[in-house]
Amino acid sequence: MKKVYLDNASTTPLLPEVGDSMTPYLGEFFGNPSSLHDWGDVARQAIDTARSQVAALIGANPEEIIFTGSGTESNNFAVKGLALAQQSKGKHIVTSAIEHFSVLHSARTLEKWGFELTQVPVDKYGMVNPDDVRESIRKDTVLVSIMHANGEVGTIEPIKEIARITKENKVVFHTDAIATTGNIPVDVKDLGVDALSLAGNQFYGPKGVGALWVRRGVRIMPLLDGGIQEGGRRAGTENVAAIVGLGKAAELAKRDMSARMKQLTQLRDRLIKELPAQIEHVTVTGHPQNRLPHHASFCVEFIEGESMLMFLNMDGVAVSSGSACTSRALKASHVLIAMGISHELAQGSLLCTFGLDNTIEDVDYVLKVLPPIVDRLRQMSPLYSKYLKASKGGK
Amino acid sequence: MPIYSDKVMDHFMHPRNVGEIENPDGVGEEGNPVCGDMMTFYIKVKDNRLEDVKFKTFGCGAAIAVSSMVSEMAMGKTLEEALKITPAAVAAQLEGLPKNKYHCSNLGAQALHKAIEDYRSKKTQGEKKS
Repeated sequence: MKKVYLDNASTTPLLPEVGDSMTPYLGEFFGNPSSLHDWGDVARQAIDTARSQVAALIGANPEEIIFTGSGTESNNFAVKGLALAQQSKGKHIVTSAIEHFSVLHSARTLEKWGFELTQVPVDKYGMVNPDDVRESIRKDTVLVSIMHANGEVGTIEPIKEIARITKENKVVFHTDAIATTGNIPVDVKDLGVDALSLAGNQFYGPKGVGALWVRRGVRIMPLLDGGIQEGGRRAGTENVAAIVGLGKAAELAKRDMSARMKQLTQLRDRLIKELPAQIEHVTVTGHPQNRLPHHASFCVEFIEGESMLMFLNMDGVAVSSGSACTSRALKASHVLIAMGISHELAQGSLLCTFGLDNTIEDVDYVLKVLPPIVDRLRQMSPLYSKYLKASKGGK
Repeated sequence: MPIYSDKVMDHFMHPRNVGEIENPDGVGEEGNPVCGDMMTFYIKVKDNRLEDVKFKTFGCGAAIAVSSMVSEMAMGKTLEEALKITPAAVAAQLEGLPKNKYHCSNLGAQALHKAIEDYRSKKTQGEKKS
């Protein structure tokens, strides 16, 4: 059976070249980078190289890069660490309604610790209005954290505009750039932010490794105390192989970015154009233009996402959904709800994210197998029969 | 997908008794689209027995499998027997449901019971009228 992986927002596969770069550090070069002998030197040099590669990808200085254990850790570190380091100045933070849980829940934890939180809304495309950020800033605001792009609906946020506002107000600005780094150009100076999170498994690097960039001069309180790894900001023996892989993935992303974007945009645009044309009552979620090049997301009316996902899986297609049933917490996606999409429609959320292995034939395959699945589930759906009766009655 | 038992997958892929009954003797609806699952059961009753049971379901794999299993368990039973079908019994017949699906998706028995109540209240009203 044909296999089509369209869940690259969950994780991208590891590029073989990246895997090859890691292997020696899982074997021969096992030394601890903190050790002062030859074994340590090899590992330390490998980490230095990776630090330069990651810095080059985002236009940063290598010493401003802190390696972490995941994107989630980077976001926890940024939100909690930047707020706590400045708590003598004030205890108010600002974020958006559609942040990843690693930002939102970190902000909620800060609330328990005595901080106040303002969440700015988004429009129907999932876009933050910079004016809302401006209005939310108070004298005691110490941190604004707004994501660069949303992984569920693909919308790219106006980070540069928001950065101008935070700069005017002298407030530290963190952006969760986990969905964008390695996928679209990300330059910390161009964006104008003070801190930025990224993760390896979003751009063909390994899982379990991320990084936080913090502009020189910005204070951050460590989450992990211990040794003086990462300049004393993140203690713990480094995951050398994963860091090497992250560096390699960053190097390749920088080298191949425009070609990758071109390839992925073609696939995305075809699916976004054809799916609503071939299946009735399908809407595109997220911004029509300002969206990630590999990202196509929809709501399919009258049916539920998990059953759609399961049938697609039986046809060899991997996708994801923001429906309540697919989440462990059994709540519909807070992102879709914040965009004003009804709970009922949000249950039919379908997320297809392309990767470098995908071809135009994969898009055509999805367009072939999905309509009968939707039809089958609609035939079973009480919401669809209600709709049909209502529209008949109206005629 | 390994989160579900083989039995759940079988009923999800080949649900029994999907559809509506024309002029049903009773209809029962349970759940709502906000929590993700919604089921409607239709019944036909003859001599105090469920002569036909059909359903429509909006929901996840578990919700569809539960509805299908309930329809199968209820078919041909007396109303009293059908009212004794519990969510736990349905889950057991399906060889278990994932923990987080147990409550929200396991609404089939309640929807069936509502259909029976609907039938009974219609019947009582009919008797009063005549």
